[in-house]
Amino acid sequence: MKVQIDPGRCQGHGRCYDLAPGLFGDDEEGYGQVLGDGVVPPGRADEARRAVANCPERAIGLFEET
Amino acid sequence: MAVDNRFVYTEPSGEEPEGVRSEIITGPVSDWATDFSHLEPEWSADPYPIQDDLRRRCPIARTERFGGGWLPTRYEDVAAIAYDTERFSSRSIIMGNFRPPRDIAPVGGSPPISSDPPFHQHARKLLLPAFTKTAVSRQEPATRAFCHSLIDAFEGRDVVDAATDYAQHIPIRVIADMLGFPQQDGPRFREFVENVLEGINLPPEERIERMEKLFDYLLGQVHDHLTRPRDDLTSYLIDAELFGRELEPDIVTGAMALLLIAGIDTTWSAIGASLWHLARTPADRERLVAEPGLLPVAIEEFLRAYAPVTMARLVKEDMRWRGVEMKADDWVLLSFPAANRDPAQFDRAGEVVIDREVNRHAAFGLGIHRCVGSHLARMELRVALEVWLARIPAFTLAEPSAVTWSAGQIRGPRALPIRIG
Repeated sequence: MKVQIDPGRCQGHGRCYDLAPGLFGDDEEGYGQVLGDGVVPPGRADEARRAVANCPERAIGLFEET
Repeated sequence: MAVDNRFVYTEPSGEEPEGVRSEIITGPVSDWATDFSHLEPEWSADPYPIQDDLRRRCPIARTERFGGGWLPTRYEDVAAIAYDTERFSSRSIIMGNFRPPRDIAPVGGSPPISSDPPFHQHARKLLLPAFTKTAVSRQEPATRAFCHSLIDAFEGRDVVDAATDYAQHIPIRVIADMLGFPQQDGPRFREFVENVLEGINLPPEERIERMEKLFDYLLGQVHDHLTRPRDDLTSYLIDAELFGRELEPDIVTGAMALLLIAGIDTTWSAIGASLWHLARTPADRERLVAEPGLLPVAIEEFLRAYAPVTMARLVKEDMRWRGVEMKADDWVLLSFPAANRDPAQFDRAGEVVIDREVNRHAAFGLGIHRCVGSHLARMELRVALEVWLARIPAFTLAEPSAVTWSAGQIRGPRALPIRIG
């Protein structure tokens, strides 16, 4: 599983890096950033889903890796 | 000291600013679907049943007050307008009886909140770095110590006013520190805030006089910072550059006014509404005392259910929009509180569920105008509630009928007598 942020939608609410700090961080203006390659390690799937479910801009995508 | 010609004192002209004034209409609302007013006491006391009723039967209400305006109540309509900066302007975001001239756009009177694209993003970029989660975390230790000092002062009292003895002081202190204003000026900030946000239906001359007081104060602070520059937001704005040039003086003081006004009433309201809820809901209070780790989740629910902030927009051109005939310069009252209680968007929308797992609330707005201070507000709200619950785990409303709520676009308790223990 992999997370992705759509920078065209992200407005820097910061819900992702509040709720899933192991997967997301912020840039110098507060916009969300995916940490590393965005691959969700085993055991972090719930965190990833929580971030997706709480992004007010619906800017986070969660993809099954193929 | 270098002379900065941008900030030379000028006598107030006494002239009314250009723009369009509408007739001031007050008094009881006949029908909320055709005559709404966010300034009437029924709305400030409890707007949610009114919004729920409109959402079911309307869902975009109309008023002829304030020169004409609309009130969408569904989440999807509020979101669509927040995202549509092409057809809805932010050149005024306080719905009242004065519309600033069209040529004030895209900058507006207090950028970036009053700005439209393309200028908006440049003004916003100036402020964002000072308000990231990391940047505001530097205020946390002082905020925590200040909250403790407020509660220390409750010593020996059974009843305190959580709005005026606690909630109010916290954002005032934090924003004064960030702007580098003297801490003892706090009481004046409250006056400025009330003048801007609650004096909507006063005669224009009185409103202008009150605004001049605020801008005189801000200009005084600018001069103090020109003499003694320091590491704070005021010096930062004085030195900041946009398009390779220093900022216009109106933009410096306009941004200062925005930070001062928008930073105080809003967070004061959110802290107060959360304490009001906990004072009358023992099960939630006891659970948060027992499980402090749940507080960040509960705070999001308080923000959803008691979102303090409503914004406004002005319609740019005549158009038919989702079934209503909007005219150029009609107001749109953009009720994030109404959006946050739309059952089409939230399960159990009318209930406060402190462990709600899915919560895409719009308390800080949606789209390009997302509240620039949201990380600061969340920090203040969390620290204020953590300290209160740790120090005062048991409390109730001392006199429910004595609770009063602010009128206008920022809603929160303004009198909140709490019995300790």
